[in-house]
Amino acid sequence: MGPVNVGVSEISQSSPCVVEARDIYKIYGSGATEVRALDGVSLNIRAGEFVAIMGPSGSGKSTCMNILGCLDVPSSGEYRFRGVEVGGLNRDELALLRRNFMGFVFQSFNLLPRTSALSNVELPLIYEGVRPAQRHELAMQALTTVGLADRAHATSAQLSGGQQQRVAIARALVTEPPLLLADEPTGNLDTAMAGEIMKELVSIREQRGITILMVTHEPDIARYADRVLFFTDGKLVRDGTPSEVIP
Amino acid sequence: MRALDTLGMSVQAIARNKLRSFLTTLGIIIGVASVVAMVHLGQSATRSVTEQIASIGSNLLFVMPGTAQRGPGGLRTSAENFELGDVEAIRNEVAGILVAPALTTSATVVIGNANDTIPVIGTTNDYFAVRNHYLDYGREFEDSEQSAGAAVCIIGKTLIEEMFLGQEPLGANIRVGRTACRVIGVLVEKGESMGQDRDKIILMPVKAVQRRLVGELDVSAIYVSALVDGTTGLVQAQIESLLRQRRNPAAGGADDFYVRDTQDIAQTLESTTNTLTVLLGAIAAVSLLVGGIGIMNIMLVSVTERTREIGIRLAIGARARDVLTQFLVESIALSTLGGIIGLIVGVGGTWLVTWQLDMPFVVSPAVMAVGFTFSVAIGVIFGYFPARKAAMLNPIDALRHE
Repeated sequence: MGPVNVGVSEISQSSPCVVEARDIYKIYGSGATEVRALDGVSLNIRAGEFVAIMGPSGSGKSTCMNILGCLDVPSSGEYRFRGVEVGGLNRDELALLRRNFMGFVFQSFNLLPRTSALSNVELPLIYEGVRPAQRHELAMQALTTVGLADRAHATSAQLSGGQQQRVAIARALVTEPPLLLADEPTGNLDTAMAGEIMKELVSIREQRGITILMVTHEPDIARYADRVLFFTDGKLVRDGTPSEVIP
Repeated sequence: MRALDTLGMSVQAIARNKLRSFLTTLGIIIGVASVVAMVHLGQSATRSVTEQIASIGSNLLFVMPGTAQRGPGGLRTSAENFELGDVEAIRNEVAGILVAPALTTSATVVIGNANDTIPVIGTTNDYFAVRNHYLDYGREFEDSEQSAGAAVCIIGKTLIEEMFLGQEPLGANIRVGRTACRVIGVLVEKGESMGQDRDKIILMPVKAVQRRLVGELDVSAIYVSALVDGTTGLVQAQIESLLRQRRNPAAGGADDFYVRDTQDIAQTLESTTNTLTVLLGAIAAVSLLVGGIGIMNIMLVSVTERTREIGIRLAIGARARDVLTQFLVESIALSTLGGIIGLIVGVGGTWLVTWQLDMPFVVSPAVMAVGFTFSVAIGVIFGYFPARKAAMLNPIDALRHE
C-alpha cells in the first residue's frame, strides 16, 4: 500500500488546475489503418469549473474523457491530475485515484443489476473499507441529496431512467471526489428528465464546489456548463463560453 | 476492502443465481460424496473382514491336503486326505495346541416335513474351542458316542428357525442322509460371514460321518489352535515337519498338504479390499476433478457475462486484486458449500449401504478432512484462472462490453 498512498497523497489541494493535459495522442492501429482518436490535445481545467466537451461522433470527445478519468491511457502525451503525472502510475494506483478523486456518471447509468439503490451507492465505500454502519449513513445522505432517500431499497429495474441516473450521481458523489466525470449523462433520458438531471448537477456544483467534466452532443445540455470545448477529428478546435462556442 | 464485505459480495452473487450456483456445486457434491462414500465403504469392508477373521479364531491354523500355490491363478491339486492317526500324532507331538479333525460333507437333512442340504462336519469336542464356536445349550459328544460313531448331532441355529420352525430340537430325531440322528445340542448363533451362513451346520462325531455318511476312514482337514498368541509360526513349522515324515511324499517333491493360518487369510483379504478401496477412491477422485472443471467453466461464463459489472467496479475504484479476490472467494464459497453437502451425502450414503449390507459403519475423520480440503483446493485452483481473467480486464473495454 505504501507507494500507492505516497503517490496519491502528493496530489495537493492548492494546485489551481485540476487537469493539465499536454499533447495527448491516442492512436489505434498502425500504418494505413491508423486511427488518431486524439490528435495532440492540450487543455487545462481549473478547480470548480463546469466544462462540457462537445463534438460530432468520432471526434474523440469520449476518448478524451476516458483518458482524463484514468479509465484509459494515452498513447503519448503528458497528463497531470492535481499536479501529479498520471503516466507514471500503475493499474492499482490509477484505481485508487479513481476511487478517491473521481466520480463517474455514464449514459447507460451502469448500476449493478438486481441490487438495491442503497447497495449501489455503498459500493465505492466498500472498496474504501468503510464500516457498514457509517457506509449506510453516507449512502443515505448521498441519496437524500439527489432526492431518492425513499427509494433506497428499490432495485435498478424498479426505478425510472431519471431515478437510476440520480442513483448513479449519488454513487459518484458518495466519496466526495473533487472531480465528477459525466459521459452523456442525459443521453438516455427524455427532455424533461434531462433538464432535471442537469439542474441537479448545477446545484451539486454550487453546494460542493466540485469540478464537473461532461461529454454531450446536445447544445441545450452544454449550455448548462460555463465553458465548452469543441472537438473535431481528434483535435480541440474551439474553447470558450457556451455562447462563444455554440452557434 | 474488508474481508467480510468481500465474502458478502460473493454470497450475494451466488444467491442472485441460485439454480446456476446449485448446478455448479452439484459436480463438487457428487465428487466429494463419492470419494467419501467409496473410501468409507472400503474401510468398512476391511473392518468387516478383520472382524470375521477374528470371530473364526485368530490363532487358528487350517491343515489341508493337496498343494496350494499363492497368488492369482494359484493351482490346487488334490491329494490323499489325512487319517485320524495324523490328528493323534499332531496332538501328541506338538505342544500348546488344541486339535480337531474335520471330515466335511453335505447331506440331505429331513426334519418333519422340511428337507434341505446341509453341510455336515464330523469332528470331536475340541471343535468348539478350536473354531471359537461353542454350545449354546444341550451337551457335548460323550466318549462312548465318539468311539462308536453314534448317530447323534449338534445343530446350528438356522436349522431350528428354518426346519424345526421353533419347536424344541433337543432329543428330536432327524434324518441326515440315510441315518436317523438324535439332536443332543445346539450351537450359539454365529451369523453370516462372506456370504456363508455359519449357523447352517450339523456337527457329528467324526466316526459317525466316516461310517454313516462318507464311507471312508479319513479326515478332510485338521483344525489347530495355538493356545499362546504369536506361536502360530512355530506350531505351523512343527506340524509341517511332522506331516512330511508321516505322509512321506516322493523325494524332492512338493508337500502334498498345506498349512494356512487365519493371519494369512486376513492379510490376503485386507490387501484385496485395500486395493479395491484405492481403485474406487481414484475413480471417485476423477469425478471430483470433473466437478472442479465444471466450476471453472461456470466461473469463466460468469466472468464474460459480468464483464460490464466488472467494468463498473473498476471504474468506481476497485483494484485488480479486489476483483480477483471477489471471484476467487466466490468459487471457493461454491466449492466449500459443495464440499460440506458432499460430506453429508457421502456419510449418509455410507450409512445407508452399510446398514443394508449389514457391514460395520465406519466414519473416518481423516477421510472427511481430506475430502473437504480437496473441495476447497479445487475452488482455489479452478477459480483462480477465471478470477485472474476478470481482474486483468481493461476498465474501458469492460465498460463498453455488451
